[in-house]
Amino acid sequence: MTALFLRDLRLAFSGGGGATTGVIFFLAVIATIPFGVGPDLNLLSRIGPAILWIGALLSALLTLDRLFQADREDGTLDLLIAGPLPMPIVVLAKCLALWAASCLPLVLASPVLGLFLALQPAALFAVMATLFVGTPAIVFIGAVGAAVAVALPRGGLLVSVLVLPLSIPVLIFGVSATYAAVNQPDPFWPPFMILCALTLFFGALGPLAAGAALKASGD
Amino acid sequence: MAASVSHVALRGLVVGRGSVAAAGPFDTGVSAGEALVVTGPNGAGKSTLLRTLAGLLPPVTGAISLEGIDAADGEPAARLADAAHYVGHRHGMKGPVTVGDNLAFWARYLGGAAKARDRLATPAEALAAVGLPGLDAIPFSYLSAGQQRRASLARLLVAERKVWILDEPTSALDAASQERFAGLVETHLTAGGIVIAATHQPLGLKAAKTLHIAPRVGPEGAAGLNDKPAPAIDDTALAEAEGWL
Repeated sequence: MTALFLRDLRLAFSGGGGATTGVIFFLAVIATIPFGVGPDLNLLSRIGPAILWIGALLSALLTLDRLFQADREDGTLDLLIAGPLPMPIVVLAKCLALWAASCLPLVLASPVLGLFLALQPAALFAVMATLFVGTPAIVFIGAVGAAVAVALPRGGLLVSVLVLPLSIPVLIFGVSATYAAVNQPDPFWPPFMILCALTLFFGALGPLAAGAALKASGD
Repeated sequence: MAASVSHVALRGLVVGRGSVAAAGPFDTGVSAGEALVVTGPNGAGKSTLLRTLAGLLPPVTGAISLEGIDAADGEPAARLADAAHYVGHRHGMKGPVTVGDNLAFWARYLGGAAKARDRLATPAEALAAVGLPGLDAIPFSYLSAGQQRRASLARLLVAERKVWILDEPTSALDAASQERFAGLVETHLTAGGIVIAATHQPLGLKAAKTLHIAPRVGPEGAAGLNDKPAPAIDDTALAEAEGWL
């Protein structure tokens, strides 16, 4: 499993592909928002956490569709399915590698980009924390979509359509936890805990479902 | 090592895509030290049979039974894939990664019992065995088609598996490489291995059973749709099938 994780991580950074695209897209979305919304700092800091979360969600989706497709094209997927590791573990390793390569940079970039949106310091860290625990859930949900669409030549759109409705709860609790950190009377921990629970739930369910979908997609 | 002789048996195995049968039923077996060469024209279902054996497709009906075959971890194998290498049309190698790293990954991923590890070839040795010495630091995508094929055959040597399932292993290979590969297969057979290969060219094996898949006769797709497929369909069966449809 570590072998697969390390290889996927190395491929993500060396292949000139996925990993950096997500961060640059995130940067582009966040950097253009202030120009569109205008220089109203109060408004920006009010909508800022939501913008950051939506930006992170969309850039995570952008890199998801390649999760299994490259492996399928060069025959690696066949060997992984026939190999000694159970499919859910294979999917888990690939998801963790994708998260580390494409979502962890988003998490690290979010406080810096939060400055563009005039976020308060507390909100900066709340966004970072919620993205840190929330983005794995998006990857696990996305893995199921990517596994279902693996055999389709232009599966990217389908993956987004399949994944977006399922990731709405993650978005809702992520944003509400962030707002709660800033607006004092609201409790921060309940939505944050639910966000953690969503990640754990999809972390268990996603690899199982994606593994089954990949096995069934063999041709 | 198990006491009984290793044996793979196909019992009434019908292979296909989904519920549509492509070839079969097959009733045959192959024991340790034997090779089973699957022949037949394009589209006869050779690759489908091999992919079914490798566990990538579920069989339509029938079963694959194993006797005395150990998986890589030393336990009796529950399915053939646990004890088999599968080399298909696609290489399973990453283009931007060097050949040596690709093989090292598969050696580590496919793993195997610790006691077997010192007997196995390192990536460099495996590459030398397939006639690509010193190429382990070259990215896989830089290799020619024949070299890529040879590099993917080197995977057979870096992790130990009793059964080799090879889908046209010698395509794109020159005569010398084909001979060298036949030597590797002979060595594997002598060591008690099993080889199941689909091929158009003779592999140059001395003792090999042949399983010939006859072409499916019949007009426009009727052959693929009937319920009880046979390797060869005579006219009465075909008429019956069409009447049934």
